[in-house]
Amino acid sequence: MSVALMYALVGVGLFCLGLYALIVHAHILRKILALNIMGSGVFLVLIAMARRTAQGSPDPVPHAMVITGIVVAVSATALALTLLLKLVALRGQATLPDDWHE
Amino acid sequence: MSAMLPALQTIPWAIVLILLPLVAGMLCFLWPRLAPTLGMATASINVLAVAALAWQLHFRFHGSYRHAVGGWGAPLGIDLYADGLSLLLLLATALVGLGVSLYAVGYFRPEQARRFWPIWLLLLGALHALFFAADIFNLYVTLELVGLAAVALASLNGDGPAVSGAMRYLLATLLGSLSYLLGVALLYHAYGTVDIALLAARVDSTPVTWAALGLMVTGLLLKTALFPLHFWLPPAHASAPAPVDLLGLLGMAAILWGSVQALRQPRLKLLIAYSTVAQLGYLFLAFPLARTGISVWRAALYLLLSHALAKAAMFMTAGNLLRFGHHDRIADLDRVVQRLPITAGAFALAGVSIMGLPPSGGFIGKWLLLEAALSQGRWDIVGIILVGGLLAAAYVFKVMGHAFTQAGVTHEAHRVPRTMEWTALSLAFAAILLGFVAVPLLHLINTGAVAVGFEVSG
Repeated sequence: MSVALMYALVGVGLFCLGLYALIVHAHILRKILALNIMGSGVFLVLIAMARRTAQGSPDPVPHAMVITGIVVAVSATALALTLLLKLVALRGQATLPDDWHE
Repeated sequence: MSAMLPALQTIPWAIVLILLPLVAGMLCFLWPRLAPTLGMATASINVLAVAALAWQLHFRFHGSYRHAVGGWGAPLGIDLYADGLSLLLLLATALVGLGVSLYAVGYFRPEQARRFWPIWLLLLGALHALFFAADIFNLYVTLELVGLAAVALASLNGDGPAVSGAMRYLLATLLGSLSYLLGVALLYHAYGTVDIALLAARVDSTPVTWAALGLMVTGLLLKTALFPLHFWLPPAHASAPAPVDLLGLLGMAAILWGSVQALRQPRLKLLIAYSTVAQLGYLFLAFPLARTGISVWRAALYLLLSHALAKAAMFMTAGNLLRFGHHDRIADLDRVVQRLPITAGAFALAGVSIMGLPPSGGFIGKWLLLEAALSQGRWDIVGIILVGGLLAAAYVFKVMGHAFTQAGVTHEAHRVPRTMEWTALSLAFAAILLGFVAVPLLHLINTGAVAVGFEVSG
């Protein structure tokens, strides 16, 4: 098993782990963390794929994608945290109501 | 004027359409008092810029053009791509955007307007960027931008249900985009490109492609924004038809479930929202029918356009009725037809397009879809389309029936601004009008479509 494949598999593992945590935890902060871990998993897969050339010089395109992805993830996390603070101020708890229409 | 024409020809309108709303949105943050003026100006200029782009595409580029942002170009830089399809989506966005802007001037109180305009303009900029995206990674970024702006707009109200709803949508849309991004990673690994046109040429029916397709479709379904995925659908449909048929089944289920739910709703806004679920279902029917080629996607696109116009009009009428009676319970609608004739007319006109009656845009879309289903002998799909139309008629007439009669509980009438009524009517009218311009519009959809692999499904 090549190193790149191992990294990619770890990335997929992180993605699945994050997905599991996202589903089972009710606390929204944990959900946001879980989404960030899933994101890191995808980034790891992308970075692992940059080693596609045999000569050893990595492919720069996935790197550019990961940098863009990190920017997107940071802004999304910021928005999620702001909404979470607002939600806690309104409802007094950091979980989503069970009833969809409330 | 004639001296200005060459100058207009050389302006990169794609860049203008992306930058203008973004810059105007930022200015709205800085000068909240100018926000409505700036917003209206931007929405109006958008319409002109789309017209200029159409003119430029037709006369200068003869169909489609690519713009390498900053001169870098793919694969490291970002390419913008415009053709008939993107032009049509831009046109619909510009028209609905202008309508929504006009409506917002009357709808929002000053302190809400201060928060509405910047986010709304950012959303418009993100949508424009989305329609110009030439590669699937740029689609990820722009979809995320659209999602974040939409979440912020949804939480604008600031009360408990609005914020928890926005939070729920944000978590779903982030999950969706990560799933989509993993699909992008797989495709890049398999084919060494994220460019839509190159992918369409290189892609074939391998397990990696189907895994990526599954991840991306799941992601987009989570975002509940159906996007023309067919660009890179593998040419070898017939060899692996199962997932495609599954999407068709999902579409049928959405039509029936959404329509029945819409019929059961006591409140107008929820009725309209469930009707949207049903209408998106029609678009999914295109997947199993795609074997006949290009015409099915044209049908789906036509449905998408007329639905966008009609549904925007419907949501506006719901807003008007909410303003008028301070409630949107369908059973308590009190002689609306006599007291708010323009709004009632707008709802009825939009309803005609949603039901798919001639001569509306919805009729053309459904007719093309039916034709494709009949030519392939897919009687199940034919049946679903007809039943869906009947159910739509049932829920539209349910509302209209209550609008004509006096309610058990009468209420005071509150004033509804004229602009709010007329914007709803104009958008509904535009949805009907789409039925009359079918030939030039269908021709436009084809313009430049070959380059992005529209013919792939054939």
